Amino acid sequence: MQPVSAAELPAFSTSRFRAEREADWIAFDLLLTKLERKGAAALTSDELLQLPILYRATLSSLSIARATSLDKALLGHLEALSIRGYFLVYGVRETRISRIRRFFRYDWPAAVRAVWKETLIIALVIILGALTSYALVASNPEWYYNFVPEEMSGGRDPHATVDYLQSTLGHGKAAADEQNSGLHVFATYLFTHNSQVSILSFALGFAFGVPTMMLEYYQGIGLGAMLALFSGKGLGVDFGGWLFIHGTTELFAAALSGAAGLRIGAAVVFPGARGRLEAAADAGRTAGKVMIGVILMLLVAGVLEGFGRQLITDTMLRYAIGTVMLLFWLAYYYIPRREDVA
Amino acid sequence: MTAAAHAKLRSAQARKVREFVTPEGVDLQLRIASAGLRFGALVVDFVIINLALLLFTLLMVWIGFAVKGGVAEVVWMLGAFLLRTFWFIGFELGSRAATPGKRMMGIRVVARDGGRLTADAVVARNLIRELELFLPLMMLGVGAAEDMVSGWTLLAGVIWSLTLSLFLLFNRDRMRMGDLIAGTWVVMAERAKLDSDIAAEAEAGAIRFTDAELAVYGIYELQELERILRARDPRAMREVADTIRAKIGRPVAEEDDVFLLSYYRQLKARLERGLLFGKRREDKYASD
Repeated sequence: MQPVSAAELPAFSTSRFRAEREADWIAFDLLLTKLERKGAAALTSDELLQLPILYRATLSSLSIARATSLDKALLGHLEALSIRGYFLVYGVRETRISRIRRFFRYDWPAAVRAVWKETLIIALVIILGALTSYALVASNPEWYYNFVPEEMSGGRDPHATVDYLQSTLGHGKAAADEQNSGLHVFATYLFTHNSQVSILSFALGFAFGVPTMMLEYYQGIGLGAMLALFSGKGLGVDFGGWLFIHGTTELFAAALSGAAGLRIGAAVVFPGARGRLEAAADAGRTAGKVMIGVILMLLVAGVLEGFGRQLITDTMLRYAIGTVMLLFWLAYYYIPRREDVA
Repeated sequence: MTAAAHAKLRSAQARKVREFVTPEGVDLQLRIASAGLRFGALVVDFVIINLALLLFTLLMVWIGFAVKGGVAEVVWMLGAFLLRTFWFIGFELGSRAATPGKRMMGIRVVARDGGRLTADAVVARNLIRELELFLPLMMLGVGAAEDMVSGWTLLAGVIWSLTLSLFLLFNRDRMRMGDLIAGTWVVMAERAKLDSDIAAEAEAGAIRFTDAELAVYGIYELQELERILRARDPRAMREVADTIRAKIGRPVAEEDDVFLLSYYRQLKARLERGLLFGKRREDKYASD
């Protein structure tokens, strides 16, 4: 390009405007590319100081260009550069580490506390499901087949012998012969499977929470039927221990995922003073935090179920671990802390 | 095209633009990404995820033969789960808020209220995705597995679940269920390279046009002409040059590119002068 002397041009021309400002745009573009590739830590302090200056210069160029220029390529470039710059300059105000720390120390328990009503409702729904099936199976064992599908029960049905049932709980002779090699595979399977069920139960929440409640009720049904089966054969306490060691964590997580879904459903139906969209978005953010926590809890439950339950066969110890876990979660979530005031 | 068609085109483009005022008071005019781009991005991401999964599986099978004890199995299961669930979340938490598919299509995720895109919003919008993709497939699966479901029931189920999955087609902000719940939307964020200034080059041997000859076109035509000039396709240039010559009644006397460039510069100067005086002539149908 051949430079044009200022005397030949009128006092203001879009070409001159561009020639004067172009260097800033190119510098801003290079800075943004560096920021995107390597993060803020890679910038020198000089470059960090330049960033907002160049950003404002670009934004001001955009305003002028919109009012005076008809060069579409120029307008398109400035618009794209400003959008890119805006989201980088205003995007992240915190380092990843401090975001993670804040999540564990404050955001996660606060989100769980915020859905306490929904958690209670879902817990009641699960208990109701368990009571229903317990009562039915206890009065007539044939009901069991309606509640627990055959591939899930693995021979644990009303016709099984007491010895067999006991072996499934990790007691007696059959269990001792079993190899412990497959445990970590089993634990991983449980974790991924349970996570997917929880995600589904959360995601179904927006349909006014009804499918979520049905899913949780169904979980309770399976639980109650099994409980009735084992206590009918006098193995109720042992089964409790088998369930309790990981169940306190897993069922808690299941209830929370249902509560997160229900929170969204409730916000859509009863948005209150806010608009429906805004209410759904607010609820969605709280629920999103709860769901990260649920997946972490399920990871813990998977480890307890896969390793803890198979390696620890003493019923009292199982109860003790389950109780400790429950107390830990309750304390972590519901004991008020100083940040609440802020 | 008629005047009405032009007006319709412009209003269709305006419907996609959302006001987005920065703290500096400049409206960035974000454009909502179209459903086609969204789908394209999803397909690209799926192809990449599945390729990665395939390579990962082969690697783990190979390791599985070498190492006994199911370690490979555990790593595979965890890896597949993490890849599926956190592919979208991980990338959208990054500074560009876009998965590789979205980057390729030039789109990104943005918080609807103009604030910062938070991690919980990203998690919420992507966990809902599981459902949107999974539900229609599950409906088909249930229908196929159980004979008692009739074809019509199956169809009704699939259609019902598809209305959730295709929710973004039914609102003008192109929000998925996940966007709705997370308070986000997806906008255009393509990169435009700064092309050379074709109006700034020195004018040697330029053709002078009279004001009456320049007065026949508006901004829309100017920018179409810019597009033709930047593309540099001789056949298109010949066609456009002939159209303009016919319209202003000039004989074919010079090279097409010289003619078009001169005409473009003088038309641009004329229209930009009008702009400075507060006169914006959108197209040739608008009054001068």
